[in-house]
Amino acid sequence: MGRSTAARRSRRYRLDVTAAPYALIAPFFLLFAAFGLFPLLYTGWVSLHTVSTLDPNHMTWRGVGNYTALWSDHVFWQSLRNTFIIGLLSAVPQLLVALELARLLDRRLRAGTFFRVALLAPYATSVAAAALIFQFVFQQNSAGFANWALHLFGIGPVAWEPGTWTSKFAVATIVFWRWTGYNTLIYLAAMQAVPTELYEAATLDGASRRQQFRKVTVPALRPTILFTAIISAIGSLQLFGEPYLFGGSGQGINGGPDSQYSTLALYVYRLGFSSEHLGRAAAVAWVIFFIAVAVAGVSALIAARLRRSV
Amino acid sequence: MSPRTHLQRRPRRPSRAAGRLAAAALACAGLLAGCSGGGPGAGSAAGGTVTLKVGDFGTFGYNDEGAGLFRTYMRLHPDITIVEDNNSNEQNYWNATQTHLAAGSGADDIQAFDVTRMGRVTTALADKFVDLAHVPGVSQADWAPVKWAQGRTRSGAVLGLGTDLGPEAVCYNTKLFAAAGLPTEPAAVGRLWAGSWDTFVNAVGTRYQARAPEGTHFLDSGEGLFNSVVGSGAVQYYDARGRPVYATNPSVRAAWDLAGQAVAAGETGGIVQFSTQWASGFANNSFATTICPAWQMANIVNDAGPQNKGVWNIATAPQPSNWGGSYLTVPKQGKHIAQAAALAQWLTAAPQEAEVFAAVNVGNFPSNVRAYRDPRVFRARNSFLSDAPIGQIFSAAATRIPTAPIGPYDGVIRNDMGNGVLLMEQEHKSPDEAWKATMSQIKTDITP
Repeated sequence: MGRSTAARRSRRYRLDVTAAPYALIAPFFLLFAAFGLFPLLYTGWVSLHTVSTLDPNHMTWRGVGNYTALWSDHVFWQSLRNTFIIGLLSAVPQLLVALELARLLDRRLRAGTFFRVALLAPYATSVAAAALIFQFVFQQNSAGFANWALHLFGIGPVAWEPGTWTSKFAVATIVFWRWTGYNTLIYLAAMQAVPTELYEAATLDGASRRQQFRKVTVPALRPTILFTAIISAIGSLQLFGEPYLFGGSGQGINGGPDSQYSTLALYVYRLGFSSEHLGRAAAVAWVIFFIAVAVAGVSALIAARLRRSV
Repeated sequence: MSPRTHLQRRPRRPSRAAGRLAAAALACAGLLAGCSGGGPGAGSAAGGTVTLKVGDFGTFGYNDEGAGLFRTYMRLHPDITIVEDNNSNEQNYWNATQTHLAAGSGADDIQAFDVTRMGRVTTALADKFVDLAHVPGVSQADWAPVKWAQGRTRSGAVLGLGTDLGPEAVCYNTKLFAAAGLPTEPAAVGRLWAGSWDTFVNAVGTRYQARAPEGTHFLDSGEGLFNSVVGSGAVQYYDARGRPVYATNPSVRAAWDLAGQAVAAGETGGIVQFSTQWASGFANNSFATTICPAWQMANIVNDAGPQNKGVWNIATAPQPSNWGGSYLTVPKQGKHIAQAAALAQWLTAAPQEAEVFAAVNVGNFPSNVRAYRDPRVFRARNSFLSDAPIGQIFSAAATRIPTAPIGPYDGVIRNDMGNGVLLMEQEHKSPDEAWKATMSQIKTDITP
């Protein structure tokens, strides 16, 4: 009897050791499966059907028809192009400026904490508030702030919202304004983790501050820069609130009458809730997912090369 | 209530209404007792046996902030309790309601819909709603023909009872008219363009533009003009059999070309309706006319500001047309269908519609024509708009609105057409070029 109790106990012990960890982490995976994986897969399933938003339970099989129809969908291509253009227009200056700001903040500044907090203020602002303000900044007539500023240089009023490039620039500006501070703080944190010995050694070798920045700081920051670039890329793929609110009640949903600042995420919304084609909306959502996977793949490759080169 | 095409493309009224509600809520926070709705006993008096939920959006004017009709009904029917499910955003409301209808549960006992949704309600969703044709008190003769028709399925079931209507007139800026040497008296102004949108654009518009004060335009928007001209047609985007004819209907193409002529003649400023710039245009007197459904008056009053009181006036539109308005429907899934139908009938009966129009100053013009004989409508004047006899102007327009069939994608087509007009106005495309782009866009958008 004593033996069998011991055997049972050891079996229970083994079960405890092998199963308990799984049981403990199960809640996350269950929640992920219910709220992450299932919607993702279900969206994929929906994208293979003709479905109306009005009657989502009634699906007709369409195969890859929703995807092939995108070939001739003018707004889709426009939105895809815009997503990349606005992404570049906002991310590149954003990361460069953030790097420079972080460099300045990394020095001992008077009121350093104040500047750091101030940088986060745009990030903490809701996109709705930001977009509203920028709607006024980029008003078409001379009442808008941007046009007033241009007029000081003798440049006539610009029709921001109707323009092909000016509207993209305006939307990118909102993104730039909101996210630069956030990236600055990430860079700043990474800079402060760079060992001071490296700078001391560089100083002894006679490197100037600028040389130190280029040869010591930036290389040490490479993984962080990659991280912020990925975050910006994914952010661009999800870009919705800024163009939607910039267009206002009239044109937000379309991204302008000529879709000149429509993005992929905005087009998903337009398909799903304006023309009520849930299947087509799901197909575009999956295209966004494919692009995100591709971006992740490329960045993984770059990360691997970075690791090898270090 | 508020006229909104699909997608909150123009949420003008509800968003304002939402602001007003928010302001009211704030005011209430300070005066808790005064806002609970009628002082002590208000809650307990409503100890009815049947509770009816009424889902609506924006300002229907039924609650205590408006005409207090729910309270009156509950007093008349002590066994009924009414709970309003008011939504500030019509698009979100429509999305949620669709889900409830599809799921077969969760819908309110009465659901209000904007007219642009009725193309869906009376076709794809028709089997979800109760036929109200035989509810006591409901009679076809009571409603403006267009209102009755657009609430019906093709087989004749009456799924929606009309609340407000958006008959159109032309609101014009008397200061700018005088400056351009045009008459300013409503009767004389109406005579200038009587009978034809073409005269409106190609005679009056050009005449205004020739002597226009610097930087002003005859029209607030080409899209507004286009929609009104299409709205004057007996057939618009769908024919009587429910087939889309937007591409082949000659009256749509004629409206398009007319909008193109207005743009080419410089009669529009390329401004999107309901944008901030459009709103500020009223305060700055930057356009001479806006084609004006009854509810638009509230926007003019708000946007033009007190300094422009008496500057605007209203004249009869060249041809009758409608923009906006809403319906009450009764979903079949409700537990108290008979009571809900009776309430819907009562809310849309002439005395109640007249009461809403008189009590709620946002221009919910009755669609029940018997209300037009009610002095609260018949004698109504708008003091801000030069004391214009708005009751008479809009009543006369309402009964003459053509009864055009609507279809499932009316909202989408209208949205794309509006974009197309903006392609002419803002991107300076030729009418042909813009038309071609718009036709292919509509085809993409209405293909499932």
